[in-house]
Amino acid sequence: MKIHEYQAKELFIEAGITAPSGKVATTAQQAEEFAREIGAPVMVKAQVHVGGRGKAGGVKFAKTVEDARMHAENILGMDIKGLTVKKVLITSAAEITSECYVGIILDRVTKRPVFMVSSAGGIDIEEVAEKTPEKIHKLAVDPIVGLRDFEARELASKLYKDIKQIRQASVILKKLYEVFWKYDASLVEINPLITDETGKVVALDAKFNIDDNALYRLPNIEKMRDLDAEEPSEIEAREGDLSFVKLDGNIGCIVNGAGLAMATMDLVKRYGGEPANFLDIGGSSNPRKVVTAMKIILSDPKVEAILFNIFGGITRCDDVANGIVMAFKELNPQVPVVVRLTGTNEKEGAKILKTVPIDTGAKTLDEVVKRAIALAAKSAKSVAQEELVLA
Amino acid sequence: MSVFINKRTKLVVQGITGRDGSLHTNLMKKYGTQVVAGVTPGKGGSKLKGIPVFDSVAEAVAKTKANTSVIYVPPPFAADAIYEAADSGVKTIICITEGVPANEMMKVYEYIREMDVRLIGPNCPGLISPGQSKVGIIPGQICKQGGVGVVSRSGTLTYEAVWALTDAGLGQSTCIGIGGDQVIGTNFIDCLEAFENDPQTKAVVMIGEIGGDDEQKAAMYVKKKMTKPVVGFISGRTAPPGVRMGHAGAIISGSSGTAEEKVAAFNKAGIPVADSPTEIPGLIAEALKKLKTKAKAKSPKKTGKKVVKKVAKKATKKKVAKKKITKKVAKKKSRK
Repeated sequence: MKIHEYQAKELFIEAGITAPSGKVATTAQQAEEFAREIGAPVMVKAQVHVGGRGKAGGVKFAKTVEDARMHAENILGMDIKGLTVKKVLITSAAEITSECYVGIILDRVTKRPVFMVSSAGGIDIEEVAEKTPEKIHKLAVDPIVGLRDFEARELASKLYKDIKQIRQASVILKKLYEVFWKYDASLVEINPLITDETGKVVALDAKFNIDDNALYRLPNIEKMRDLDAEEPSEIEAREGDLSFVKLDGNIGCIVNGAGLAMATMDLVKRYGGEPANFLDIGGSSNPRKVVTAMKIILSDPKVEAILFNIFGGITRCDDVANGIVMAFKELNPQVPVVVRLTGTNEKEGAKILKTVPIDTGAKTLDEVVKRAIALAAKSAKSVAQEELVLA
Repeated sequence: MSVFINKRTKLVVQGITGRDGSLHTNLMKKYGTQVVAGVTPGKGGSKLKGIPVFDSVAEAVAKTKANTSVIYVPPPFAADAIYEAADSGVKTIICITEGVPANEMMKVYEYIREMDVRLIGPNCPGLISPGQSKVGIIPGQICKQGGVGVVSRSGTLTYEAVWALTDAGLGQSTCIGIGGDQVIGTNFIDCLEAFENDPQTKAVVMIGEIGGDDEQKAAMYVKKKMTKPVVGFISGRTAPPGVRMGHAGAIISGSSGTAEEKVAAFNKAGIPVADSPTEIPGLIAEALKKLKTKAKAKSPKKTGKKVVKKVAKKATKKKVAKKKITKKVAKKKSRK
């Protein structure tokens, strides 16, 4: 789960990391008021769950409160990498004398939390990482021992020459490490970590990604979830305990298991279709899940056919079949549905499916994908003809 | 033989009285696995389907000499269950539980790093050595005993591949699901190494997916260290970057961890890559065929003494192994 910069900063400040506080505005009017309250000059920063905001024009310096209003007007509603900006953070503008980068990621290679620090921070950090990786210093921390003081000092000395700043930065690094563990982060990042005109080290930005698997023990983080920043169908899927990602194609896919779901989507593409989604109904066999899955997919007007690929292990084919029958009764789908049920209770499942008008002819994975694509083309054609007749 | 589990595997089930635990204990027992004990704190002294239940893993090991543990406990208790199993003296731990926090797993991994313990998973379907033992949730009826080793990051996709192999008459030595999380105990290379050293295994299927660079490293290993043919499959070619595709580990970050990158690494290492799971048996059959003709072509060429000796030794070893297996198969057939 991702949280916004302003939320991440709240967690930083609570942990004792020096960061400028600010206020979140949803209208230009509000932005102006907050700018007046904080005192110009201020920064106006788009709050979206995506990197590269600065480069996209989502972060602006406002010299006056009127400027703050103008920038907020431009930024609110702006599209950044497919996401609409609905909130801006108004925060005091600091005089920047140096910009560094510090971050901790869960590193799957060393299986340890790895610090990455660089004195070449700022908006070009990705380019720095790619072109001059030697400018980024890394340290894998033993997760049982934790970050020791001398390690923090060594990392900080890669960023600053002045011992006062080295001390300040090592404190921030230690606290960042604590925050990483406290909130089950998979990534925490400060970019830039700046020094201001008084020489003080300040976290000017904050990025926080939290492990979904740990949310059960982080009720306060779960409350920070911004439903406005998420795809409505993905929210519905999460509430229905389904793993779902919306895509842009014409073939709706309902599969059990993440790997098989991806492989099924790949075959859809290979045989000339486009997957409309990733959807894993998971290992349990609750028929209601199938109904929710169908409902979410049918709400997408681009979908021209629904493809079920179920390889029963824990999942029982008869349970899925019951779910499909329920979905037909409740939702009355107008697009063709192609089903392949293999594995546990396959025969019982096939029997149940006889009562609904679906295509169950395909036996293999490749066949079922080809059938779905063929039927999608057919249904798209008949819709087009109908429209022609009506016109 | 087989890898990691076999007829001598004596299993303790952690979380045996839970919904998943009791269901799969039954299925494993039916398959022929020696399930010798179960553990659920507070239920020690009771029995489940004739299997004694203990309060702790240490007690279960002391009383039953269990050497392998399988974990079905809910996510908040899974890390602790792994620590307990590791401290009890079992040598192999298979954690089926899905949804264990990754940071918790980093500590677990660090803890068992220096111990003589193999952890498989978490978030995995477990493993099966057809005809010998099954630990986890892979359906036994889709498998068949034979010479193909299967290692995969996924569950149902593995079933699809295994079923395709069985359907084509190609049996398996061991099928291993290593799990879809970011921090897992056993990786591709561990399994490839085990398959390379296992006389029953003739060829290997490696099923990867987007995220991380385990597949790329495994490909390097195959090129440098393996004599047995390996066939690959990668899922997630249509996955968009930055989005978690179900598995916690299946995320493309930036430009790394993409399916293209992995397929290219496989190609570079000479690993044929199937475009669909249904193509895997064909590629395996082809690889086995090539291996035969290669062995024939190599042996008469005598270029250097040392090399020839080595090759000759290997070839005879292989022949012996093959003979043994064909004998076994013949025996089985005659029994039927």
